Amino acid sequence: MKALSGFKGLASRARVAWLLVAVILVAFLFYVIEEFGLSPVSLLEGGLLAMTPLALTAVGECINEKSGVVNIGLEGILLISSVTGVFGAELFGNGILGLMVGALTGAFIGFVFGVVSVYGRADQVVAGMGINIFALGFVQYLLMSIWGFPGIHLVQKRLMVRPIYTPIGQLSIVTIFAIIAAGLAHIFLYKTVLGFRIRATGESPEAVDVAGVRVDRVRILSSTLGGALCGLGGAFMPLAWFGAAVKEISAGRGFIALACVVFAGLEPLLALAAAFIFGFAEGFSFAVAVTPGVKEVIPFYFVNMIPYITTLMIVTIAIGRKRFPKASGVPYRRE
Amino acid sequence: MKRFKISEVHIRPFIQSGVGVLLGLLLGALLMVIFRYDPIIAYYWLFRGAFGSISDIMETLAFATPLMLTALTFAIGVKTGLFNIGAEGQMYLGALGAAAAAGAITLPAGLHVAVATAFGMFLGALWAIPAALLKMWRGVHEVISTIMFNWIAFHFTIYLIIYYFAEPGRAEKTAPALPGARYPILMEGSSLTAVVFVAIAFCIGIYIYLWGTKAGYELRLVGANPDAANYAGVSSRRVMLLSFVLGGLAAGLAGASQIIGRPPAWSLYATLGNVITLGFDGIGVALIGRNHPIGGIFAAVFYGGLRHGSRLMEYRAGVYSELVRAISGLIVVALAIPEIVAIIRRRFKR
Repeated sequence: MKALSGFKGLASRARVAWLLVAVILVAFLFYVIEEFGLSPVSLLEGGLLAMTPLALTAVGECINEKSGVVNIGLEGILLISSVTGVFGAELFGNGILGLMVGALTGAFIGFVFGVVSVYGRADQVVAGMGINIFALGFVQYLLMSIWGFPGIHLVQKRLMVRPIYTPIGQLSIVTIFAIIAAGLAHIFLYKTVLGFRIRATGESPEAVDVAGVRVDRVRILSSTLGGALCGLGGAFMPLAWFGAAVKEISAGRGFIALACVVFAGLEPLLALAAAFIFGFAEGFSFAVAVTPGVKEVIPFYFVNMIPYITTLMIVTIAIGRKRFPKASGVPYRRE
Repeated sequence: MKRFKISEVHIRPFIQSGVGVLLGLLLGALLMVIFRYDPIIAYYWLFRGAFGSISDIMETLAFATPLMLTALTFAIGVKTGLFNIGAEGQMYLGALGAAAAAGAITLPAGLHVAVATAFGMFLGALWAIPAALLKMWRGVHEVISTIMFNWIAFHFTIYLIIYYFAEPGRAEKTAPALPGARYPILMEGSSLTAVVFVAIAFCIGIYIYLWGTKAGYELRLVGANPDAANYAGVSSRRVMLLSFVLGGLAAGLAGASQIIGRPPAWSLYATLGNVITLGFDGIGVALIGRNHPIGGIFAAVFYGGLRHGSRLMEYRAGVYSELVRAISGLIVVALAIPEIVAIIRRRFKR
């Protein structure tokens, strides 16, 4: 039951409030589905699509934060790897290879962030924000320098990663991978030696160091791994979802993923669940935005706010006395 | 009077910022080389465009005006131990408030400017409060909450413009500020207005408040040592709220400055195109200015220069202007490393 340990810290009052909100939300959901004839299948499909980048990013960041490195530059990694993913897909003429280029880009940025945090003993929040600011400018510079058109680049149809048709609707292979990755990350963190070392490094780097494990390598490795998953999520957006690389494609998803991580208390499986809730809220807002009967009554702009309001609501209600690694965000200095 | 002696403690921040800026520019040059641009030519036009003539310097100052204020928002947060990156959203609301007050009501000339400015600052501060309350009551981390409020503000402001404040017959922007609600232009042909003095005065005012008053001392005490502040009986919750409100006022003023103090638009576009990312840029500016209200003014002039000069760089050297934002991000990463000067010194000694 380790996976559910994130819930243990919740005060009972918060749990009641949480349950109440969940009931109201579900009731509202069914009302909207009934009233406006939305298809539950397409809602689920949309929710799973929106979940995928959040889940990958959040699971990666769980591993990363377990080792004591906090990267708030996820938004920037998502942005940059979305563009390099499309570039890679065009370079190799293959969407799957594009996804890999995105993952490699993320891994590289994660690696650099790890080096800066570990050897530079950087203020990780500031460095992460630096990545975000860098990405804002760099993505537009890339779009312009590669394709000579500002702000947007469409992906050719043949380069898109095709979904798989299943009885419950269309599914992207990346979505399936994200779900498997969350499970694997859980096994990795709790059942393998390296996973144990990562968790120990976040709790007590001194003890790990005394035991003869290289704290610097463990942290850089987990930062790289976290970056790779985030990069895959970034490349997923243009190549398997939107069909275009846009200058602000991430639209706060890096931070929503951070909210998932906080909500999950660094448990990958809970982070996946959180990503599904947030993703569903987003997919739901997309579905609502185009529904006849709704779009005339509720302005489109309010529908756009749904993911952000959901995020705020969930972190407000669900934050309890979560236990985070002791050495979280603290550079380790060898005596 | 205490004798002021310049020691290494005073010089070090300048050296660190300088090294960070140099590293950022070097890495920026690398990015240009990768895409086969000539960095020397590009930087020549960048800095000539920024500081090459009096009118360019005026233009640079016009770009710097909102940045020193959004940088102040972030800096006040850091001084209180908060990572307040909500300047972006607060700035949208400030811009909307100023546009509404300046375009929709009629008042005597001098008063109208003051009212529009104050209303923008008020809305900016108002938008900052929810994040503070969430932090105080539920411990929601401000990095997450302020970003969410930024995105909500983005959609909310556009909604308000289109549904309530659009110029009749032209939905793409708000009604322009009435002539009586505009800050006077300082030099014919430039877009620098008297609002720059208001911005600088606000920065200096915050500096005096933080370092010269008891309330300001309490604010910095909470940031520097929360335990000591708690022991001294300072309410960290009250200080937190105060910090967010002060930051919101600065961000609101930044937004207002782009509406009633920046020709030729004198209005807020429905895409928010004439204010967007000023809040985020402020974070980088604040860090280059070592999170100091006065340092932020100089850093804003530097980054304002990059933003203005980048247009000439794009025109003459073909390098897309957004590169300067990437450079500022690289500078921030470099500045995050506390011992960067020592690390570089060690490398060179070997």
